[in-house]
Amino acid sequence: MTSAIRFSGVSRHYGDVKAVDRVDIDIAEGEFFAMLGPSGSGKTTCLRLIAGFERPTAGDIEIFGQVVQGTPPYKRNVNTVFQDYALFPHLNVRDNVAYGLMIAGQMKATRQKAADEALEMVALGGYGDRKPSALSGGQRQRVALARALVNKPKALLLDEPLGALDLKLREQMQEELKVLQRNLGITFVFVTHDQSEALSMADRVAVFNDGKIIQVGTPEAIYYRPEQPFVADFVGSSNVLPPEFVAKLTGTKAHGAVRPEAVSLAAQGHAAQVKTVSFLGTATRVSLDVAGTPMTMLLPKGAVIPKSGETVHVDWAADDLHVMGA
Amino acid sequence: MSDQAFIDRNIGLLGRISDALWRKPSMLIFLLILPPALWLGIIYLGSLFALLAQSFFSIDEFTGQIQYEWTLKTYGELFRPSNFDIIVRTVVMAAAVTIGAAIIGFPVAYYAARYARGKWKAIFYLGIMMPLWSSYLVKVYSWKLILAKEGILNWLFETLHLSWLLNAYLSIPIIGGNSLSVSVTGTFLVFLYVWLPFMILPIQASLERVPISMLEASGDLGARPSQTVRHVLLPLALPGVIAGSIFTFSLTLGDYIIPQIVGSSRRFIGQAVYAFQGTAGNIPLAAAFAVVPILLMAVYLWIAKRKGAFDAL
Repeated sequence: MTSAIRFSGVSRHYGDVKAVDRVDIDIAEGEFFAMLGPSGSGKTTCLRLIAGFERPTAGDIEIFGQVVQGTPPYKRNVNTVFQDYALFPHLNVRDNVAYGLMIAGQMKATRQKAADEALEMVALGGYGDRKPSALSGGQRQRVALARALVNKPKALLLDEPLGALDLKLREQMQEELKVLQRNLGITFVFVTHDQSEALSMADRVAVFNDGKIIQVGTPEAIYYRPEQPFVADFVGSSNVLPPEFVAKLTGTKAHGAVRPEAVSLAAQGHAAQVKTVSFLGTATRVSLDVAGTPMTMLLPKGAVIPKSGETVHVDWAADDLHVMGA
Repeated sequence: MSDQAFIDRNIGLLGRISDALWRKPSMLIFLLILPPALWLGIIYLGSLFALLAQSFFSIDEFTGQIQYEWTLKTYGELFRPSNFDIIVRTVVMAAAVTIGAAIIGFPVAYYAARYARGKWKAIFYLGIMMPLWSSYLVKVYSWKLILAKEGILNWLFETLHLSWLLNAYLSIPIIGGNSLSVSVTGTFLVFLYVWLPFMILPIQASLERVPISMLEASGDLGARPSQTVRHVLLPLALPGVIAGSIFTFSLTLGDYIIPQIVGSSRRFIGQAVYAFQGTAGNIPLAAAFAVVPILLMAVYLWIAKRKGAFDAL
């Protein structure tokens, strides 16, 4: 596979703040790549470095084999879907979508036809004459998508595009985006702070913290085999076991991670005090105190639910304990 | 249970008024709006209409008495060459001042809205507002001194051995004159200076509301900075430019002091109104002249609206 976007030791500093700190990324052509991390972790700055809105303090950025540090955004064949969509309020939906083609000098009839087709693709055919202000959040999001895709970019950059949508719409858009990406075969770089979004959509996920990439891997690897406590905690809130605890169980002195759904009540096992019990609908979440280590477990529907304050015994299968760095 | 009542009934007259207004918010708005509405409606608009009504009367050319009969005769007089010249001159001046102010004001406003932060923003506001703190007459007379034949500008041209350039410019008919302080160009420069803040501030306010992502999106879609200015920034800033132009245009249309102090002897609408209502005693014609800026502004705003200048609001 050829490399679509490559960062080599890229840093972006603002005064003393290292927004991006010596980051290496290699995104393959046609890949759905998610950049996941809490706010302020540098993921959006990385996206802006690819788009060209920011210039790196150090390091090299290559897009499809070309070094692009000195290339302004308007000369880069990548397009961005902005977090706030950034639709032009003075233009109607069709002219918004046709904007890039208008700039490229296409004839009015040609570009309007292309814009209508792009709107059709995001299920907004017939909305061309409306103003963006007359659309709902989800519809604006689709217009922003159509406006970027109509230019046939080699890579599409998405900056928390689903952040402003309600849960149901978000799930629907997640699936649609994924299908769209498969059909178009374009490289997608997707920034999000929502770990379930990253895991469900991406081919590979890069987890960011404090301007650095902590771990890059497939969703399964990130979820089941976190390499650092931060990843275990941030991605799906695994139980992070301290090295001493893990040493007693396995003999290896390293952090361990156990998924909450892997923990269950047992006749024997680790004594635990139940702190709180929360009903989540599909499951019940129980917070525990296991010999001073806070843990959570997810109990499926139908399981016996302990009461808070009760002392119970919990256990997990040996191979559900992932020892980090092992 | 506490032994205190849930609702604290121990309220005075003010408390009861507050409660009543809380229950009827429309009453509160009515009370707040009433005094300014009375002021605007009766004292301001009332006297304006009283003045405008005068324009439909006429003056007896022999006796100089006002004839209180409805007629459009006075409006007809506006189209006499000597009067019509005044209107054309004023409109051209107002348009030139507006365009000049927009051209100078836009980059200043853009800098302030996009780049100035903290201390620099304060300096910007101070720089824009400070001229407004000093008396208008002081400013106009200062400009007379700057532009006079013995003034600093002439001196500067002499020092740079460029007097020939200034003299060549002043020899151009209509815009030239004996010196800048008695030329239409001088009038233009003073108008431009005095009204510039009224152009910069609305543009700055409108540019502040343009999210940076909007400009980035344009660049992202392939637009060079000049194309972004043309297709995104200017359309989005247009309501601010229009708001500023309403100020500069109408203020220039109505002013009678600047052209009197700095400029040629050729009159502007404001001077005409001043002369006709005063020494000439021709109130109807003065009123008819006063209607001209109002009509012009109405037409201007109507065209601006038709052209979609307010679509981005």
